[in-house]
Amino acid sequence: MHYLVGDLGHLFVITALITALLSAFAYLKASVITDLGKREGWLWNGKVSFFIHAASVLGICIVLFVIISNHYFEYHYAYNYSDRKLPTYYLISTFWNGQEGSFLLWMFWHAILGIILIVTNKFWEAPVMTVFCLVQAFLASMILGVVIPGLEFKIGSSPFILLRDAMPEAPIFKAQPEFIPTDGQGLNPLLQNYWMVIHPPTLFLGFALTVIPFSYCIAGLWLKKFSDWIRPALPWTLVGCGVLGLGILMGGYWAYETLNFGGYWNWDPVENAVYVPWLIMVASLHTMITYKNSETALKASIILVISVFIAILYSTFLTRSGILGESSVHSFTDLGLSGQLLLYLMFFLAGAVIISIIRWKNIPSTEKEASVYSREFWIFIGATTLCLMGFQVLSGTSIPVVNAVTGWFGIDKKLAPPTDAVAFYSKFQIWFAIAVGILSAVGQFFWWKKVDRKVLMNQLFVPAIAALLVSLLVVNLLRVFNLSYALLMLAGFFTVFANGKILYGLLKASPSLSGGAIAHMGVGLMLIGIMFSAGYSKVVSLNNTGLQISKEFSDEFNRDNLMLFVHEPRTMWGFEIEYLGERFEPRHHTGFISKSDVIQTEDKNIVVAKRPMKVGSKNYDSNDTIDVHGENTYYEIELRKGNRKYRLFPRAQINPEMGGLVVSPDIYRSVSADLYTHVSSVMDPSEEHDWSELEEIKVKQEQDFFANDYVGVLESIERIHNILGVELTDQDVAVKATIRLRGEKGDYIAEPVFLIRDKMVGRIPDEVSDLGIRVTLMNIHPETNEFSLGISTRQKDWVVIKAMEKPYINVLWIGTLILMVGFGVAMSRRIREFKKMKAKGLEV
Amino acid sequence: MKRSHIFLLIVIAVAIGIIVSTADDASTYVGFSEAWAMSTSGNKKEIHVVGQLKKDPNGHIIGIKEGEDKVSFSFIMVDDEGKEQQVNYNQPMPPDFTRSEKVVVIGSYKGDTFNASKIILKCPSKYQEDKITV
Repeated sequence: MHYLVGDLGHLFVITALITALLSAFAYLKASVITDLGKREGWLWNGKVSFFIHAASVLGICIVLFVIISNHYFEYHYAYNYSDRKLPTYYLISTFWNGQEGSFLLWMFWHAILGIILIVTNKFWEAPVMTVFCLVQAFLASMILGVVIPGLEFKIGSSPFILLRDAMPEAPIFKAQPEFIPTDGQGLNPLLQNYWMVIHPPTLFLGFALTVIPFSYCIAGLWLKKFSDWIRPALPWTLVGCGVLGLGILMGGYWAYETLNFGGYWNWDPVENAVYVPWLIMVASLHTMITYKNSETALKASIILVISVFIAILYSTFLTRSGILGESSVHSFTDLGLSGQLLLYLMFFLAGAVIISIIRWKNIPSTEKEASVYSREFWIFIGATTLCLMGFQVLSGTSIPVVNAVTGWFGIDKKLAPPTDAVAFYSKFQIWFAIAVGILSAVGQFFWWKKVDRKVLMNQLFVPAIAALLVSLLVVNLLRVFNLSYALLMLAGFFTVFANGKILYGLLKASPSLSGGAIAHMGVGLMLIGIMFSAGYSKVVSLNNTGLQISKEFSDEFNRDNLMLFVHEPRTMWGFEIEYLGERFEPRHHTGFISKSDVIQTEDKNIVVAKRPMKVGSKNYDSNDTIDVHGENTYYEIELRKGNRKYRLFPRAQINPEMGGLVVSPDIYRSVSADLYTHVSSVMDPSEEHDWSELEEIKVKQEQDFFANDYVGVLESIERIHNILGVELTDQDVAVKATIRLRGEKGDYIAEPVFLIRDKMVGRIPDEVSDLGIRVTLMNIHPETNEFSLGISTRQKDWVVIKAMEKPYINVLWIGTLILMVGFGVAMSRRIREFKKMKAKGLEV
Repeated sequence: MKRSHIFLLIVIAVAIGIIVSTADDASTYVGFSEAWAMSTSGNKKEIHVVGQLKKDPNGHIIGIKEGEDKVSFSFIMVDDEGKEQQVNYNQPMPPDFTRSEKVVVIGSYKGDTFNASKIILKCPSKYQEDKITV
């Protein structure tokens, strides 16, 4: 038992909480005190407390990682989320697999950002850090794990809880309190993916970045510096939009590659919970830029910046309180923190609302009407559209909350989320997206404060005509005969061309200002890519055999899925398609292993090679053991067209946590479309096959024979001294036959064993699953030098696949990359600006 | 009227539109009797039913039948009003199904049976788990 490390972790958690509170208090004092000498003292206190806090947070992270990487399975966290087989990079993702770890990740980013704030910004340090540290204190309380005696009220859930304390009811701990499991439960195999190593840290950095503009805003209201806060907050909002957007897109890409719902976005509550804050944050970015340039939209900026942070807290509440339990299969398990999360949300919501109301009258605002030909007017409409877009998603996602709230008032509404989430959200989002496309084209032309009608028409004429012509062409060529889709495409092209024109002008004059134009072009391309890949996603694995796969399946399933037998080619999507068999994936290197070439052992993660083979870059000899991912089976499928050949490896994974068998697609990528293929029904590995009656033949060595229409030859016979690791005694006789079977695609080896042990005859047959043949060594006839082989056959191995064409999905990915480049350019511009101002000694 | 007022009115109108549409598209949690009534009156919208698996007096779950092809199964569910109903599910049994405290089925009536297109389980939380594989 390693008690010390856990106690140390606990100590760090308590220190982190206390120092966050101390720091908040010291900074609060520093903000309100006017005496300069005392102020310095409080500032110093705040700073030191925060540095201790940051060190403690780092300490918590290190302790948790030590527990995970040293496999201290007496700790619940290590036991529940990791095991000894995980490679280091997945041990890192174990860190944030549990809720406590993801809170910790969030705190970690806060700690780093807090230090950056303290170092870079002197003027705002005290008030901003007061708010910042309060936020951080609430987060620290989430992993405290202390039960208030007498009240039975639990504050937080500790990552350092011992397994026996987490499961006090387990009989093993009643008998042996010191019991330590030898291995853990392991990381959910679906999360064993490189995206899961980088997606959560990116997303949580995005989360953490939202608190900075919020802190500046509250500080500005508090100190009555109503407009000064925008300048330092703006670059952080920009970074936040970029990072959170990147995090969301990574999550979408992971879903596309790993999950089988057929796309990158599923309108699941967990996805919506980050999409909404991002939309509002992008809206706030626009109003803040407007304010910086023209002193309007200050009130809108304040409302939006506060909304972003509240939306983040609300999302956290939604996904972690268990309130979505009946509407989402993905949300986290309830740790009993819902009260605490609600308090967190309410504290900052009430605080922000109250301070805004108190200060509202004093906030300067322009009385004059924004002209239709002003930049502000268009940006304001754009920001409103983004907010409405978010509001629609929020209203659908919040249905369980509405139920809970009406429940408190005794009204049982019994509302359930819409059954077809995709249709429900899409029907609104598409029209908002069209508006966003058009507005981001028009809005960009108001770079200069006022443009009159004539100039605007002149400027917009070429991009509008170009977009119209290209759209008309594409509509006819690619048959986009759906009004809303065609309009979305038109809006997309319009914004690409309009911003392209602006970009062209800017590249000559001032390229550093081109971030906005580039980002909006990316958005335009994304809209086009989404329209095609989602709107015109088409099932191509149509059953063209005229036979039902099974009458048990629905008509739809029988129509849209293709049954493939090993080595029986079919045609699909203009390709000849052939199923080559089931494959294992080696644990420690790349490549695939045919299941026919190995013998499986008791341990599902270890197989034994039947013959010498090369897997990836590694060579194996007969009888070598190979570590594999036993829960994963890959189905090798070859696509052929002319001389071109491609291999697909869709996967099926035995994953009890996620609902039994989980399938992941493999994607064949071409320039114009992705072919997205996943298995939809596979042979049940636990089920016994229906074998034909055994047919007995007598053969000599080197003699050919037929089995299930394949030619086989008995190559050799040898005496062996152990079977599957069991040593035999001198009294026992075991003989192994090596039989080579010639399949369509190379040879297979079958090695049946004939055994006399304790004077009893035993026969261990061997199976070549690709060919559907099982060979038994029935008898040995030394007098004639012959051997009796028993041949049984069965239906060949099969797999049922579903394949979808995702047209022009690359346009979406290119769009996302361009969007990110745009954010990058804009960020570097703001950083340069910041450095210049700092050099001039301006208050930053 | 100032332009900003018109703008505000439009925004409010859209927001109300969104709320109305959400309320309209929202499915409902109902009991089997109500679901049956809805189905016979021609409303084929998918609905959510919350309930538990049927258990005998000793607490054993009864009424689970596996389909011939092993990829579908049916079970007997008791809704919150105590009405029993056979539910068909065109997919294999989700793991932890029999351990669930609560079951939510989403689907509609087809003839006399309820066809679920989705099942959501409410399982005891991880902390109450008392099995450790040694």
